[in-house]
Amino acid sequence: MPGIDYAFIDSVLEQHGYDKTRIIAIMQDIQKQYRYLPREVIVYIGEKLHMTPAKLYGVATFYKNFSLDPKGKYVIKVCDGTACHVRKSADIQQAFYDSTGMTPDDSMSSDGLFSIERVACLGACGLAPVCMVNDIVHAQMTPKEARRLIAELREAEKDEA
Amino acid sequence: MKLESRKQLDERRVKAAAALSAQKHKILVCAGSGCIASGSLGVYEKLKAVLENKGLETEICLEGHVDHGDSVGVKKSGCQGFCEIGPLVKIEPEGYLYCKVKPEDCEDIVNETIANGKVVERLLYTCDDVTYTKQEDIPFYKNQMHVALEHCGEINAESIDEYIAVGGYTALEKALFDMTGDEIISEVSDSGLRGRGGAGFPTGKKWAQVAAHKETSEKYVVCNGDEGDPGAFMDCSIMEGIPHKMIEGMIIAGIATGSENGCIYVRAEYPHAVERLTKAIAQAEEYGLIGENILGSGKTFKLKINKGAGAFVCGEGSAMTTSIEGNRGTPRTKPPRSVDHGLFNAPTCLNNVETFANVPGIINKGSKWFKSIGTEGSTGTKAFSLAGNIKNTGLIEVPMGTTLREIVFDIGGGVKTGNFKSVQVGGPSGGCLTEEHLDLPLDYDSLKKIGAIMGSGGLVVMGDDTCMVEIARFFMSFTKNESCGKCTTCRMGIPKIQAILERITQGEGTMEDLDELEKLSKLVKICSLCGLGKTATNPVMSTLRYFKDEYIAHVQDKKCPAHVCKPLFEIRIDPEKCIGCTKCAVNCATGAITGKLMRAHSIDLDKCTRCRTCIDGCPTEAIEEV
Repeated sequence: MPGIDYAFIDSVLEQHGYDKTRIIAIMQDIQKQYRYLPREVIVYIGEKLHMTPAKLYGVATFYKNFSLDPKGKYVIKVCDGTACHVRKSADIQQAFYDSTGMTPDDSMSSDGLFSIERVACLGACGLAPVCMVNDIVHAQMTPKEARRLIAELREAEKDEA
Repeated sequence: MKLESRKQLDERRVKAAAALSAQKHKILVCAGSGCIASGSLGVYEKLKAVLENKGLETEICLEGHVDHGDSVGVKKSGCQGFCEIGPLVKIEPEGYLYCKVKPEDCEDIVNETIANGKVVERLLYTCDDVTYTKQEDIPFYKNQMHVALEHCGEINAESIDEYIAVGGYTALEKALFDMTGDEIISEVSDSGLRGRGGAGFPTGKKWAQVAAHKETSEKYVVCNGDEGDPGAFMDCSIMEGIPHKMIEGMIIAGIATGSENGCIYVRAEYPHAVERLTKAIAQAEEYGLIGENILGSGKTFKLKINKGAGAFVCGEGSAMTTSIEGNRGTPRTKPPRSVDHGLFNAPTCLNNVETFANVPGIINKGSKWFKSIGTEGSTGTKAFSLAGNIKNTGLIEVPMGTTLREIVFDIGGGVKTGNFKSVQVGGPSGGCLTEEHLDLPLDYDSLKKIGAIMGSGGLVVMGDDTCMVEIARFFMSFTKNESCGKCTTCRMGIPKIQAILERITQGEGTMEDLDELEKLSKLVKICSLCGLGKTATNPVMSTLRYFKDEYIAHVQDKKCPAHVCKPLFEIRIDPEKCIGCTKCAVNCATGAITGKLMRAHSIDLDKCTRCRTCIDGCPTEAIEEV
């Protein structure tokens, strides 16, 4: 885990005018950079904004988008909203777990590439079942397509290396 | 460029309308979340490239626009509704609707349709052997009426000029210069507009309550764009497709209630909506439609966006305002209501996206016009998102009081596979409507009478391949995760209910469990504080009421009639039909299928995950669910 860039944290705080009420937006910006909220950062912004780490921890754990554990490079959000559920999203989710070798308890795959989350609704119900890899929505998924997607991402990673 | 007066805005409108009508053809590429997911942005880029290669202009450009008479407007439009057959491309003025368009089709669209006015037959929508050339003839569109969604999908969703050209911000002008705050409120009250977020509270009444707080100038207008109901995407489509309309409605609310600050709370799962709204707010600020001294009227309205962070309960008013203040989004006891003590403890006018999107129409065309649509107690239209096991999924808007049958069968084309079983209305807080409710008019009061709620407008259709017990379990696991934990009954009761349902779907339920479910469901309803807790057990109660036979099949016969609950059905290979091609064994992810080449195969049920991959791939249909 590379060190925390405190100049970056300061710039985020600056952008939000050191405004306590903007804490959710501040943490969102920080998480965007690190893909999770490092413990040290929570303590640091607490000091800067005169908020207790307990209060920040409370906010961070209340909202599902925040994670206190590191996330994989590719965050796969498998939609399990009603429309996707009715169109068998559970099978898609299982295919992702199987092909990444993960279980629902893992926050990240052992190679650090993948995280799998079950989300409530991505708003593309017309094309159910859907999933989202980082910010890209994949429509009309099948278990086969899920396995192919994982293989493709792994391949792309290899090429990069 | 800031517009300083009403006259300047009107001049801008004339100019924009002229530039828009100078475009000989308009190619509207749907850029709603659905079509983007099926690749519409690639189509958009390709169309632009093909046209520019031919030396044709593709942008509406107001400054120094020279009319060559052959410019073509290629636009990213808002949601055109028919997500199922996306990416959609509409050609105006002909009105052709092309579906499932791929980048490789773009050359043909330009060469045939744009250059020669001919239709590209293979891209047209076909249903039941009828091919539809024009959008308006397709049954999906025919029975709809667009008020909140007016112009959505017909103009460039990212252009304020196009919105102004089609009459955008005229309601704002009227509200600023021709009406007093009280007149605006009484127009909205007279229209009978009720909150589209679910509860159906009269909008005009809410505005009047906020406006009545004359003692303070610190008031807020908050737009609830935290569309958390899984299976609902109407508000998403409005925010993405016609963001200025909702913003216009919010500014008018600000003027009417005397609030100078507004805030839009959008779910973080809607990145496109956040992007379009951010862009739209920046444009409106640049034009002086948001900010200080709007169009020289002396009125001020500022607007910002708050991104949610993933908490369903934040769709509840008091939880939302608490969240905007930077806290854990837990609801509080009411009264005081948010109209008296809302955001930062100030009077707050909190409405849903669709509610605000209805306001410009009411101000422009009057309350009488609005009242002429819909039913007596529920005026106007309602947008619904149609999803699940249905042929035509997508976004629709129909007059209030339209029956479920018209929506599911006439517009939606009926179920996709199997037979119709139920429609889940109102998300996790709603209930299931069944065959006996097909002729029920959908409006606030009729739904209330049968114990369901309108909710935000998500309609999820279910056929006989959906297990209602499992659906109840699904909703309970959703609300279990989303309970904020404040009330004991909600925090502890829902997991208990969910555990029972889990047991039943595993084949380990008893008849006593069913009584326990009923008892607990009532308890959670009575003793929880907010709307989430009070309605959380509705899916259990309504499935118990209408589908008790399915519960009994799970408990007594240990069978899941819909073949969904994995321990309660099996997958078998018929040795008579199996030709031993080994395809299923190769495809099986868990190695559950064994057999020799050219010999009948068999499935080890302990290893089988019931994923059905084998069924889909079998060339002789030898594999079946029993």
